[in-house]
Amino acid sequence: MHLAYPAVLAALLFCTGLYGVLARRNAILVLMSVELMLNAVNLNLVAFDVWLRDALHSGQALTLFTIAIAAAEIGIGLAIVLAVHRNRGSSDVDRLRDTAETDAAESLPGDEDDTTGTEDQATAPAGKAKKAEATA
Amino acid sequence: MTTTTLAVLVPLLPFLGAATGLLLGRTAPGYVRPLAILPTLAAAVIAVVVAARQGGGPAIDASTRLTPTGSVPIDLALHLDGFAVLVAVLVGLVATCVQIYSTAYLRHDPRYPSYAALVSLFTSAMLLVVYSGDVMVLLVGWEVMGICSYFLVGHYWETPEARAASLKAFLVTKLGDVPFLIGLFALAADTGTFRITGILGAVANGGLDHPTLIALLLLAGVAGKSAQFPLHTWLPDAMAGPTPVSALIHAATMVAAGIYFVARLLPVFAESGAALVVLAVMAAVTMIGSGLAALAQDDIKRVLAYSTIGQLGYMSGALAVGDRGAAVFHLLSHGAFKAVLFLAAGVVIHAAGTNSLTAMSRMGGLARRIPDAYWTMTVALLALAAIPPFAGFFSKEAILVAAEHTALGERHVAPAAAGWTVLVAGLLAAVLTAAYATRLWLLAFRGRGAEAPDHGRQPAAMTTVLWVLAIPTIGFGLTVGVITDWFDGHSLTPSVTTAVLSTGVGLVGGLVTYGAWHHTMALAARTPAGAVVAHPEAEPALIEAEAMTHHTAGYGDAPGTPDPADPGRLLLGPLHRHAATGFHLDALYATLFVRPVQAAASLVRFLDREVVDTYVRGSGTGARWLGTAVRRAQTGNVQTYLSALLAGSLVLAIAAVVFANVNAGS
Repeated sequence: MHLAYPAVLAALLFCTGLYGVLARRNAILVLMSVELMLNAVNLNLVAFDVWLRDALHSGQALTLFTIAIAAAEIGIGLAIVLAVHRNRGSSDVDRLRDTAETDAAESLPGDEDDTTGTEDQATAPAGKAKKAEATA
Repeated sequence: MTTTTLAVLVPLLPFLGAATGLLLGRTAPGYVRPLAILPTLAAAVIAVVVAARQGGGPAIDASTRLTPTGSVPIDLALHLDGFAVLVAVLVGLVATCVQIYSTAYLRHDPRYPSYAALVSLFTSAMLLVVYSGDVMVLLVGWEVMGICSYFLVGHYWETPEARAASLKAFLVTKLGDVPFLIGLFALAADTGTFRITGILGAVANGGLDHPTLIALLLLAGVAGKSAQFPLHTWLPDAMAGPTPVSALIHAATMVAAGIYFVARLLPVFAESGAALVVLAVMAAVTMIGSGLAALAQDDIKRVLAYSTIGQLGYMSGALAVGDRGAAVFHLLSHGAFKAVLFLAAGVVIHAAGTNSLTAMSRMGGLARRIPDAYWTMTVALLALAAIPPFAGFFSKEAILVAAEHTALGERHVAPAAAGWTVLVAGLLAAVLTAAYATRLWLLAFRGRGAEAPDHGRQPAAMTTVLWVLAIPTIGFGLTVGVITDWFDGHSLTPSVTTAVLSTGVGLVGGLVTYGAWHHTMALAARTPAGAVVAHPEAEPALIEAEAMTHHTAGYGDAPGTPDPADPGRLLLGPLHRHAATGFHLDALYATLFVRPVQAAASLVRFLDREVVDTYVRGSGTGARWLGTAVRRAQTGNVQTYLSALLAGSLVLAIAAVVFANVNAGS
């Protein structure tokens, strides 16, 4: 089998994954796209390992490592998504914008740390309220 | 102890007194008065001992190298000649009297400790100037006096007059001190030493290359310090200080320093005929102008201030004809009687509750309330008007004799033109001196009207020192035959011609004033001007400060009061208006110097606030705008960041590939 087939397939997979990471709004789909990219890389590793006839098969060994780490990563990722979803009722990446710099956040004095816990959140400025929500 | 050791103690004791007084003034108020009086008194006694030991013999010189500067060394040197020891005695005497007087005059003043310490420091600085044998060390004392006068004139700093006066005194004297410093450097550059003996030796050997330039530069500093035209304007305004300070500044320290300095370095000035003529003209203008101005003043202390300027003019005149013996002789006798006049004026102001002669002329029986001040002031005014046999007569005679000899070509130290200028101006000024002295006496003590308020006896500390100082006022002139040893061995006895001439014109001046006063006295009743004292039982200094504050409201501005009963107004005629304001010199200086400087200051302010600050603020605003723009990119959407990251990586990768290819191809 010619090297071009798995290479092109891996490139397509990677691009699909990249598109998914950059364009999908659902966090789970973003995680799935990351998996796609990882698998594209795995495919490349295996294909080149065969093509280069490596005696030690380091490509295949590395692929095993990648798969193991990807499993761990997806576990943590899904746990985060689950926690975010429980808190907010949504896992849209677009709406998780608490680190955005807003004008309201800029006008705040630098004493957020000692007031967030006690102050009534309804009266606090919008940006601050959002942050408090994120850390809750 | 050797004479040198004693002489070192003289300036040192008041200095230590001042330092201790400043340190302990708050913590131990009980020690303030002894600390003020005793060091000064001890210095005065030691100064007398030094004078007795020196005895008018050859000058005693002692020195220790203070700073090896690499070029012209600075020595801590003493140069004790007859002039130095006698002037030191005068300084010590007057300073002691002023300190004793101040204990009563400012007895409840909360700032008395710092005041007394500053007076001690002032005294110490003057004594340093007097004894110093090195002009750089002399300059130290000279400048310390400048700053002390600033603090002391501004003692009542709550009043705007005192604040303005102290600033003016400081700035005007500094205006002279800058050329003075340059002159000292030029002198050292020519002679190669700062030592007075060295300078005089170099001058004697003809080692002075630029005598006129140096003399004129030094004269600027002398004119500032000794209140000579055209830098005299600070002195009348300095009356805003307490009366003992005025006595100290006018009699012994500060203004005497300039004259004394010229007397010390007279050979330097005598090298340049042009400088002597300039000094003579300066002295003549000062004498006559201040005499006219004194005749028109209403504030008793301003009359005395202008009189000081005039008497200093006499001393400058004596120096201009190259007779430093006569100049220092007049400096000493003037120191004695001017101290009496000021200290007595303080008593008068306390008793009358006003410093306005107009108000005093409406007040009967003031002389009976304060007999001590009355008699001592009478004696001192007679001395001021140069009536024999008081001290002022002999010293003024010595000056006129020197001027006459120079004018007639019998002395060849100075050009004859200088002699004629000083002689004519001196005689004219003698008329004016007698006239304003008579006017002061008549208005202050021969007033008619409501009885002067009775405040009880004046404190003994204030009246005793008047009599102490009255002794030299009466008797110092009679020692003229004895003290010639101290003054270069040069005779100071009066000659018949000038004695008759000057006493005659003096009597004429006095009698004309008396006639004018007699004529105008009838008008006094028509324009009442009374004095109301707010706190009759308060300390004298407070009464004086209040009198100064209320003067303008009660009697018109301090120089000129619209009083038809003033004999000065009748005598001066249309000139009175100009004389009252000191011939508009203040207004002229305000136009020529003060306003341009203020305009320049506001220009600098504009440049700083509007131009420089705009750039500073602009850089801040620019950074802020940039920050706002950059913050827009911070959307919080992770995917946007990732996209930007990807785009950046792509650009970098492409760039790396392209450059690699381009470089590989070349």
